[in-house]
Amino acid sequence: MAQFSWHMPRWFHQMGSPKWFYNFGGLLQPWFALAAVALLTCGMVWGLAFAPADYQQGNSFRIMYVHVPSAILSQSIFLSMAIAGAIGLIWKMKIAFMVARSCIAIGATFTLIALVTGAIWGKPTWGAYWVWDARLTSTLVLLFLYAGVMALNQAISERQIAGKATAILAIVGTVNIPIIKYSVEWWNTLHQSSSFSLTEKPSMPAEMYLPLLLTVLGSYFLFGLVVLIRTRSQILQTQNGASWLLQHKDISGAK
Amino acid sequence: MIRFILAIIRRDLLLVARQPAEMINPLVFFVLVVALFPLGVSPEASLLSQTAAGVIWVAAMLATLLSLELLFKLDHDDGSLEQLLLAPYPSWTLVLAKVFVHWLVSGLPLILISPLIAMMLFLPSEAVPTLMLSLLLGTPTLSLLGAIGAALVTGVRGGGMLLTLLILPLYVPVIIFGASSVAAASQGMPVDGYMALLSAMFVFALMITPWAAGSALKL
Repeated sequence: MAQFSWHMPRWFHQMGSPKWFYNFGGLLQPWFALAAVALLTCGMVWGLAFAPADYQQGNSFRIMYVHVPSAILSQSIFLSMAIAGAIGLIWKMKIAFMVARSCIAIGATFTLIALVTGAIWGKPTWGAYWVWDARLTSTLVLLFLYAGVMALNQAISERQIAGKATAILAIVGTVNIPIIKYSVEWWNTLHQSSSFSLTEKPSMPAEMYLPLLLTVLGSYFLFGLVVLIRTRSQILQTQNGASWLLQHKDISGAK
Repeated sequence: MIRFILAIIRRDLLLVARQPAEMINPLVFFVLVVALFPLGVSPEASLLSQTAAGVIWVAAMLATLLSLELLFKLDHDDGSLEQLLLAPYPSWTLVLAKVFVHWLVSGLPLILISPLIAMMLFLPSEAVPTLMLSLLLGTPTLSLLGAIGAALVTGVRGGGMLLTLLILPLYVPVIIFGASSVAAASQGMPVDGYMALLSAMFVFALMITPWAAGSALKL
């Protein structure tokens, strides 16, 4: 049998080391925070206050700048959680399980924000807070999936087993993500289909589209920041007494 | 490997035969829940026949959920699950065998009694074949998906409620398509698309769930 010459890049395995992740994450954290605050503030203020009003919906469309990033993030985070879980299962990396665990709460929060802002947006535009169409129902199912993952994580007392179990559940639940994403194409839904994608020119004017882009990017940086903070704090919890940690400047107070 | 699967099936059927309550309970629960709807909501035939499809499907799902907790629990409690997992056969074979028995014991009786239930809820008789077919495709899917949840919560305290919380989001598509197919049939509309989707979900579940549940059992 020929020698297997392709391996995962070195940085992939490096990230599996708690010490490396803690230090590298510590370097990234302030930059993520800065990017998140800057992009979100800029995007939100521009979108909520200064973007031109929609000719059909007037000013009520502005909630889009909160609703759309939350919805995009809610799906991306579930996918990230599943991928982190899969990496943990395949490469047996504890850090990957920690990252997956960090994603749960922020993902559920974004889903909740998306559902609530969607309901608020729906009242003036559709006349109803809630309809049982494909996209809303499948996003509600996503919220229940997050709740299930959260509950399973807390129910199992042994951390390692809890990590593996939540990884399996997250991977199984990923089947819902394409359903949400393509629900507006596959079914006759009240929810509008996407106005922009990665590959085509957006159907809205630039003054409306750019603040949306800023808020989406800012939300991604916010997600990254939360994952870094939570994963690093899990490292602190589990690496109790490790020598590299005891000598670390964060703990010993040395400058 | 086939002999292993058959041996597990025979063992589980024997266990069920010793405790017939395990087989009767989901059935009685199903009939009771369905009977509660006319009593609680409205006994009017027009209203009942409109909601019959959904009510029957939700009741079938609840009955399946009830019996799922015991799927691995009894074997886990007396230690035989660990021994079975040590067998030189992949864990998905064990899951497949157990799910098959679970379906025989909880799903099949539901399918057989569904015409009677349909009559109780004034479901139009032309929808009954569709009802039975959708349940035939749907209840194995429910058993398979439930096996993942049952495997994940084996040995966890308070597992029953947690199992429900984990499984229900996965059940939603099956219920939606199952109930819609029966509703469409009661209006005389074609159900080929629904049946195709239900079959697809069944096959998908058949491919994925034994493996996932097997990995979860080994945790």
